[in-house]
Amino acid sequence: MQDFASSLDRSIGLIISGDAELWAIVLLSLRVSLSAVVIAAVIGMPLGAALAVARFPGRQVLIVLLNALMGLPPVVVGLLLYLMLSNAGPLGMLQLLYTPTAMILAQVVLVMPIIAALSRQVVETLDREYSEQLRSFGLSRLGSVPTLLWDGRFSLLTAFLAGFGRAIAEVGAVMIVGGNINHVTRVMTTTIALETSKGNLALALALGTILIVLAIAVNAATSLMGGTARRLAHA
Amino acid sequence: MLKGILIALSLVLGTTSSAPAQTDSFIVVQSTTSTQNSGLFEYMLPKFTDQTGIEVRVVAVGTGQAIKNAMNGDGDVLFVHAKPAEKKFVAEGYGVARFDVMYNDFVIVGPPSDPAGIKGMTDATDALRKIAEARAPFASRGDDSGTNKAEMRLWKDAGIDPTTFSGEWYRETGSGMGATLNTGTAMGAYIMTDRATWIAFNNKGDYEIMVEGDPQLFNQYGVILVNPERFANVNAKAGQTFIDWLLGEEGQEIIASYKLDGQQLFFPNAK
Amino acid sequence: MRDLRLPDPRSCIAATPAVRDLPIAVQGLRFESGGKTLLDVPELTIDAAGPTMILGPNGAGKSVLVRLLHGLLEPAAGQITLAGRRPDRAARIRQAMVFQRPVLLRRSVAGNLHYVLRIRGVPRAERRSRVRDLLAHGDLAGKGHQPARSLSGGEEQRLALLRALAASPEILFLDEPTSSLDPAATQRIEALILGAARAGTKVIMVTHDLGQARRLGQEILFLNAGRVEEQTPAARFFPRPASAAARAFVDGQLLV
Repeated sequence: MQDFASSLDRSIGLIISGDAELWAIVLLSLRVSLSAVVIAAVIGMPLGAALAVARFPGRQVLIVLLNALMGLPPVVVGLLLYLMLSNAGPLGMLQLLYTPTAMILAQVVLVMPIIAALSRQVVETLDREYSEQLRSFGLSRLGSVPTLLWDGRFSLLTAFLAGFGRAIAEVGAVMIVGGNINHVTRVMTTTIALETSKGNLALALALGTILIVLAIAVNAATSLMGGTARRLAHA
Repeated sequence: MLKGILIALSLVLGTTSSAPAQTDSFIVVQSTTSTQNSGLFEYMLPKFTDQTGIEVRVVAVGTGQAIKNAMNGDGDVLFVHAKPAEKKFVAEGYGVARFDVMYNDFVIVGPPSDPAGIKGMTDATDALRKIAEARAPFASRGDDSGTNKAEMRLWKDAGIDPTTFSGEWYRETGSGMGATLNTGTAMGAYIMTDRATWIAFNNKGDYEIMVEGDPQLFNQYGVILVNPERFANVNAKAGQTFIDWLLGEEGQEIIASYKLDGQQLFFPNAK
Repeated sequence: MRDLRLPDPRSCIAATPAVRDLPIAVQGLRFESGGKTLLDVPELTIDAAGPTMILGPNGAGKSVLVRLLHGLLEPAAGQITLAGRRPDRAARIRQAMVFQRPVLLRRSVAGNLHYVLRIRGVPRAERRSRVRDLLAHGDLAGKGHQPARSLSGGEEQRLALLRALAASPEILFLDEPTSSLDPAATQRIEALILGAARAGTKVIMVTHDLGQARRLGQEILFLNAGRVEEQTPAARFFPRPASAAARAFVDGQLLV
């Protein structure tokens, strides 16, 4: 199929030419998804850790629910958030619809359950090793959460990356709440969808290649940093 | 280590927050995929922004969804192509007034094998009847868009309810024009599309225009200011400026001057 | 907060200070798991200032007893008092415990010590010098920046012990801390424990090793099948254990 060959040419050409428009889209993608993942991590990691160490009735139900939420359909999230942020919706006065902030919000909702669920697993495993010692230090179950999060930091990188992967690849939610507005809310995935609908398959594939390379680069950089630090800490 | 990541993050977040230079005043236009996919907006809007300092943010969806979004107050201007629905929008108080802007036409495209034998016909209703008789595959938007509404009117005139054959030879993609063209050409189906999207479409394969020139295939675009009395957030002043510009001499000339492959895509007809 | 429990000449000259949480008194203490009674201690008082060594065959309930005393396990029945009071959080954090397998945090050697001082509320300015003293005391001076988990087995346990001593506990529980160490490493651990005991920390230690009990113990608590068979000063226990089980144990017939 000629589209493959020409798209490879095209993506290399796009990258080399340093096309300003393309770079703006790439940077917006990174800005939206990284912001979303950082926010989701700040909420999701302590939440997952708390769920790992706390013991209360209904905990198992909550864990099942959280695991199920990892598969939230982006379109549904986008739609729900659209109904909230629409001028006819309860949060309309915030005027967030069709802004990058709305896209960040949508991705936070998508990514937070993933980070929380994976953090729960990481922290639960670590807690099996640590719990007696931490209790001996006089820490309560919830009081041990910061220690467990910090000492689980290298494993938690994986949760962070899983969240990032989901966010950067997602199109359904950002398309609805962002509106794919040129120069405002157009990101990699919505551009790919648009170019596909224009029949520009080679260009769409070229952009897809760049997106994949981008995802690999972020993963590699994070793993490299994490791996080096982990080796240094013998964790 | 984590500090390193945070620094990297703040660099990414920091350098991009100052990304595109944004004007203070902007409007959101709820419009259709055909105007966007044809490249008209990219050609026309920078000229308007240069003159007025008003940035135009286009949300390009199907006409049906564009109208619904505007009915939620999510937009300042509605720029679509489904006259009856537009008139209803104004009559119900969601819009201030509706104006003709421009037109183009719909065409029916199909594979060169032409299983229903409709090539060269100029009566769209007859052509649809022949497609139904031949049970030749037909790909429909099926998404309540302007194109879809026009297609359904033609089926009605032909006295056929194609949805009873849904899933057989009548296939509703439920997607935008471009996606339907991608799908339809891949399955060898006839497709009704607006001419602008067809000309701009880059994945035609060996498809050709089969039916054109029927007055029934006339495709009128209209523009409406969303009613600021209904939605306080509507930027009425800037929205009206855009509409006035579009309907005025300058906007009309720019529409007429937009060509792709040497062909004019839209024909201005503001009164 | 009292001074570091280091065998600093100055503190050794001073009279051994009374441990404020003694005596430890146990009444009707019972612990069950899976429907089986693992420990049943109707009455027990630990009052000796010197180290109390808990001896007994496998499954005697030694680890369960120290965990109950330290508050890591909840008893099925009975109560424990420290100097006549039910242990509250403040009393619990005047205790520390070293486990058979050291649980070191995924931080540097010094970081492990800083951590405990921080959660014990030692002011930041003071922490640095105390960590330095502790490292020197435990012969880990050059290894402060090394990841804790890169240490050898003996060093790891030494760090765990230093960390337990960092906040100068009133009572130090140890659960077979040297069971997987070679004699040289064991000796260094024992020296640290003795130093702490001399400086006034009450040591309560589970061990398998009769020689170790002899070297360190002032008092012996002999457990068998979930019961306290014997509580005797060490000087009397080793020449002539009172119970048949203890005699068999000392003679090497009950080694499991």
